[in-house]
Amino acid sequence: MATTVHEPVKREIGRSLSQGSGNGGWRNLVPADGDVRRVKEYSPPPASTGIWVGLAAITMTFAAFTSALVVRQGSATDWQHITLPPILYFNTLVIIASSVALEIARRRIAAFMGGPRDKNGDSAASPARWLHITLALGLLFVAGQTFAWVRLRAQGFGMAANVSYAFFYVLTVAHAVHLLGGLGGMLRVIGKLHGHFPSGSVLRKSTLDATSRYWHFMGALWLYLLLLLWMKL
Amino acid sequence: MHDTAHAVHGAPTSFIRKHVFSLDHKVIGKQYYALALVAALVGMFLSWIMRIHLGWGNFAIPGLHLLSKTGAPSNVMTPEYYLQLLTMHGTIMVFFVLTTAPFAAFGNFFLPIQVGAEDMPFPHFNMMSFWVTFVAFLVLVASFFVENGPTLGGWTQYAPLSAIGAVGGPGQGMGVVLWASSIAIFCVGQLLGSLNFITTTLDMRTKGMSLMRLPLSAWAWFITSIMGLTAFAVLMPACILLILDHVAGTSFFVASNLVINDQVLPHTGGSTLLWQHLFWFFGHPEVYIAIVPGMGIVSHVLITNMRKPMLSHRVLIYSMGALAVLSYMVYGHHMFVSGMNPFSSLAFSFPTLVITIPSTIVVLMWLGSLYGSKLRINSASLFALGFISMFISGGVSGFFLAQPSIDIMLHATYFVVGHFHLVMGVAAMFGIFAGTYFWFPKMTGRMMNESLGRLHFWMSFVGAYCIFMPFHYLGIAGNVRRYQAFTDDYLIPLIPVHKFITIAALFTGFAQLIFLYNLIHSLFWGKPAPNDNPWEGTSLEWSTATPPPHNNFGDKLPVVYHDPYQYSVDGASSDHVMQTSPEDLKNAPDEK
Repeated sequence: MATTVHEPVKREIGRSLSQGSGNGGWRNLVPADGDVRRVKEYSPPPASTGIWVGLAAITMTFAAFTSALVVRQGSATDWQHITLPPILYFNTLVIIASSVALEIARRRIAAFMGGPRDKNGDSAASPARWLHITLALGLLFVAGQTFAWVRLRAQGFGMAANVSYAFFYVLTVAHAVHLLGGLGGMLRVIGKLHGHFPSGSVLRKSTLDATSRYWHFMGALWLYLLLLLWMKL
Repeated sequence: MHDTAHAVHGAPTSFIRKHVFSLDHKVIGKQYYALALVAALVGMFLSWIMRIHLGWGNFAIPGLHLLSKTGAPSNVMTPEYYLQLLTMHGTIMVFFVLTTAPFAAFGNFFLPIQVGAEDMPFPHFNMMSFWVTFVAFLVLVASFFVENGPTLGGWTQYAPLSAIGAVGGPGQGMGVVLWASSIAIFCVGQLLGSLNFITTTLDMRTKGMSLMRLPLSAWAWFITSIMGLTAFAVLMPACILLILDHVAGTSFFVASNLVINDQVLPHTGGSTLLWQHLFWFFGHPEVYIAIVPGMGIVSHVLITNMRKPMLSHRVLIYSMGALAVLSYMVYGHHMFVSGMNPFSSLAFSFPTLVITIPSTIVVLMWLGSLYGSKLRINSASLFALGFISMFISGGVSGFFLAQPSIDIMLHATYFVVGHFHLVMGVAAMFGIFAGTYFWFPKMTGRMMNESLGRLHFWMSFVGAYCIFMPFHYLGIAGNVRRYQAFTDDYLIPLIPVHKFITIAALFTGFAQLIFLYNLIHSLFWGKPAPNDNPWEGTSLEWSTATPPPHNNFGDKLPVVYHDPYQYSVDGASSDHVMQTSPEDLKNAPDEK
């Protein structure tokens, strides 16, 4: 399987790099020797910035859900405290393990892309294996969450049972939907790593980093949600 | 210098990829503009028939029953149908016109060009943002055609009315579900758009394009995208909770033991104020999401026509930023009469008064810069001046409404309607028109008809004041908004004022048809733009071909050497120096 590695695209600049001032700010400083590749140190690739922006939006969304929960809990006396399904704790271990697996994968792939190939050869299968493990753990987490929802419903605790259950479903389903987006990103990274995409579509380190940041954020978000649910429900 | 690889996508060859599912930010910008245009026509049509009903309540509007047999039997609308049309007018105008046109349409087309990029960094997200928004519009319009029609709860959809279901009246069942679904989908589109705008501004700027060298329009879109990212991310969960109250039997917003139409509702313990908090946390920044792009566009247009920069580039940028930050701290002023703690009113009143400071600074910047300038009068600059006029006129009434003691008297009266229509609605529309007349040559390669443009301006300017200034009088006289008929003794003498407003609304609406004719005629048969820079501008959109090529700048990315507005610089070779000109300007202050 061919592994595709990103090479920066060479793009002609309008005029000589030494011509004129053209030093418009710290992000745009161009080295005097004209080595455009070094500029990347100053200007992060869009995927890197984009993922932080996306995570900010997701944070706002869950902040809104959280404040709704706090206000709604305090506004009336109908709030019922519930016992969280035990499988959630198992799921927590699963998502933590997935983050560990992804970090191992990310470091191995980064080393594979940037440095000399390891003594075991240049196969992409080795770094990709940890991505497969991450993917499997992610799916296991979603399956575990689904089990918790089905079990609660079977016990007669649907969304309409009480608003505390409604918040439980809203928060956990919203998290799972976002996590599925992360799994989609992971599939894309694996596909690119294995060269399953059309020629010219390469795996960039920034894409890998962005995907892993998103995944780790999903893990951290779950820990926050578990704490919130444990404290408030 | 950015890594351009992310934005590179080949020029499309098929019709579908070129004009429908296009990745090109310029095509997406035009698609947003077309959507906003259609939405504006729908919104304006709704306002016409509402105004006719308010002026002449029993007047049969020919064909109205085709829109709704139950809502307009014998072509005269029922009180409920009036409220349904009112809701749809507000929703369509706020979301699909005032948010879509100045931000998503112009921003998509010009932001990448003004920063010197080939495209947005995530073109697929960009394409999705438009089509998601389009679907949101279809979902909203679909509510006209479901049983009992669209929701009647107003564009704010206050709970509990919005959350109790069909028992609340026509459109409160499926109509609300479609409304909330539409807005939730719209939020997804705006979040995807904001993601692209922010990343484009931060990471896609070309060599030499520092943040302070960005034109004011680019700054306005950048600031707006940050507001959009945080505001729509809050509205979306609110809409999800509202939908669940309808379809899943939850009780987020409906209190216990609520009796509606002799029915005890099954909900328990919900908080009606919770909806207001979530909605207005979005709702007030939304005012600035609508108006800040207009501020940027108007500044850009005025500078080009004044042939000199604003008194301070930085102060304008910082003021727009301050408006964005403060917009999140003032939202409670919409809730002075909601029953919240009076001390909370005070806490929201103070920042509301504070927010007038950056607004005033922006206005003073415009007026001070205009003073003594030899302004080139054309359709674009006229609408820019009109924007300032509307913004001041509408903003002044904000001083009164910011104070709880006065707001309690004026709340839910036509005074408020006049205030927000001027400061947010008409001003933003004038910003859209200024941008349209200014950038039309760059977008299409043709010029708009200048005489029709000026006629459009004067009719709109006079007409808008004839509509919305009397609203303030009506409000002071105690005329409550959302009434579909004025039968109380104290309201009957005000009916002639309503008739006058209706005539003014029809007159102003006719002016928009002139604009529409001018737009479509110029698109196909307009005079070709004389060159790539017909207004002698200096920013990057005027450095490239007209219309711009697929990758915006051809084979070479531009390099920026100057601030965006180098006009009338002593010792320069001409009265305007392009940002891409390597000319050494010893006498020009450079913000960098």
